[in-house]
Amino acid sequence: MIRESYLNWLILLGLLAVPIWALTADEPFTITLATRAAILALAAVGLNIALGIGGLVSFGHAMFFGIGGYVMGILAYHAQSFTPLDLGAFSIAGTKSMPIIWLVALILSGLAAWIVGLLSLRTGGVYFIMITLAFAQMFFYFSISWSTYGGEDGLSIYVRNGFPGLNTLDPIQFFGICFVLLCLVLFLNARLQGSPFGLALNAARQVPARVETVGLDPMRIKLLAFVISGAITGLAGALFADLNRFVSPTMFSWQMSGEFIVLIIIGGVGRLMGPVVGASLFVLLEHWLGGLTEFWHIYLGTILLLIVLFARGGLIGFLTGKEGAHV
Amino acid sequence: MSTILIIEQVLNGVQFGVMLFLMAAGLTLIFGVMGLINLAHGSLYMVGAFAAAAVAGATGSFLLALVAALAAAAAAGALIEMVVIRRLYQAAHLDQVLATFALILIFTEGTRWFFGSFPLFLDIPDYLSGPVTLPGGIQYPLYRLALIAIGLAVGAGLWWLIERTRLGIQIRAGENDREMIAALGVDISRLYTLVFALGAALAGLAGALVGAIQSVQVGMGEPVLILAFVVIVIGGIGSIRGAFVGAILVGLTDTLGGIFLPGFFGLFMAPGAASQTGSAIASMAIYILMTLVLIWRPSGLFGARA
Repeated sequence: MIRESYLNWLILLGLLAVPIWALTADEPFTITLATRAAILALAAVGLNIALGIGGLVSFGHAMFFGIGGYVMGILAYHAQSFTPLDLGAFSIAGTKSMPIIWLVALILSGLAAWIVGLLSLRTGGVYFIMITLAFAQMFFYFSISWSTYGGEDGLSIYVRNGFPGLNTLDPIQFFGICFVLLCLVLFLNARLQGSPFGLALNAARQVPARVETVGLDPMRIKLLAFVISGAITGLAGALFADLNRFVSPTMFSWQMSGEFIVLIIIGGVGRLMGPVVGASLFVLLEHWLGGLTEFWHIYLGTILLLIVLFARGGLIGFLTGKEGAHV
Repeated sequence: MSTILIIEQVLNGVQFGVMLFLMAAGLTLIFGVMGLINLAHGSLYMVGAFAAAAVAGATGSFLLALVAALAAAAAAGALIEMVVIRRLYQAAHLDQVLATFALILIFTEGTRWFFGSFPLFLDIPDYLSGPVTLPGGIQYPLYRLALIAIGLAVGAGLWWLIERTRLGIQIRAGENDREMIAALGVDISRLYTLVFALGAALAGLAGALVGAIQSVQVGMGEPVLILAFVVIVIGGIGSIRGAFVGAILVGLTDTLGGIFLPGFFGLFMAPGAASQTGSAIASMAIYILMTLVLIWRPSGLFGARA
């Protein structure tokens, strides 16, 4: 059995070591795979705050992922076509600058999470799972019929957006950006878990009535957690769109939401590094099994089943010998 | 817009709703009795459709194809219940979602591996094809009318089974208190397998019946699964009556929304923008309906518990 804090550092170093090795071995594709893992991990870290600590099983986080993606797509599309974005009362120019795109993605997905959370948190249990799914489906169908930005075909961005002082077209530099953001969010998550807010959120998942008795409003705590969670997943969406230089309604699909949940459960629900382990393993399996057989989903399904049935607490729970949070 | 068109569209909506009911009834029964979220229900729908297409292709008989769909889906349902699902009853909803998500992956790729990626076709038999003339001079496809009739008959049968038979008493008792009926000597694990197989058979039947008007292909189950979830959430999870009302509501909203919303927006918007906005809202309509229902009644129309 390994101490979880040692394991966490080991996992983070592992994710950093792979692309550095790939750089020396001149394998740019491996760097792209690691970048993909880092971005998916970031999205799942976002979900893990709502799901793991707060017990809010959202089956609609693809909604925020897609909002982030479309923020990047729309702003960059207006910048590359030199047409201003008309917002009715006023119009703004598009941008190819990552920090601005991130900020807009964080704000808009956080705002969406606030509205969706306000409505969804009235329900609980299975109903919460399903109402979040319904909101994501609304965005999915809306993006399909929104022909201004490509509709079903999606939107291609020809050149990756820029970051001051860096060449984002270089795979290792783009990986660096994603990795630093992932570390920042993980740090935030770790601080949050130990903070009074994190403790209250944890308590609101376990015994909402008792939280209320000590004078806290569990609804407000959960809503704030949902907003933070949605904003982080939105940021990941903007990065994901930049990685592929492409946005499409698939980013809003329910399979995407399902994938985020899968990433968290593989790693371990409520674990700080659970999403990182889950995303790395998922990308690895996708690449390795996908190269081995066209029907790799059968093996993925079998592995997932075995994890659910025999490794409760995910891989980190399995390695540290401790069960995870109960959701 | 003519009355005939409206009646036709209402019938289409009811037909769609009734088929959704077949899916939703199994789903809601399984949740009500076992407390299990079964994402793999859509896979059972697909299994039914593929079994029907394969048997119809080999024998040419539509009735045999329906029997095969029922049998194959029920067998697949009983099998996954005994191998996997049984271990999940005590697990958290999250584990159930993941495990049944894994089953979807296995079923989908397994079917693709076995039957290939190309869609199969299931033909409507001669005695059910062609239009019939309804009172008022409306021409309507006989097969779709037959679907409505079959759906209503299954609904009535299900009501009889649950309200009037010994098995139904056990199912209802199981919903309320599983330890108690186990203590009274009912073999609870056999009851669970039976309920699961029954739900699976209904899904398989729906798959075969709908497969004859659409194509039979891998992945056909998931869109229907999501709709069936919308249905049972609107109706209240665990309630068969709620599933029926929800299914008809969703069927009508989806069908009528697609027809009338573009025209409705045309009343106060430019034609091009109206048809685009109208069809966008129409594709979101059932999710908007579900959200409104849940905001009004957080546990569905007929739901007792959350």
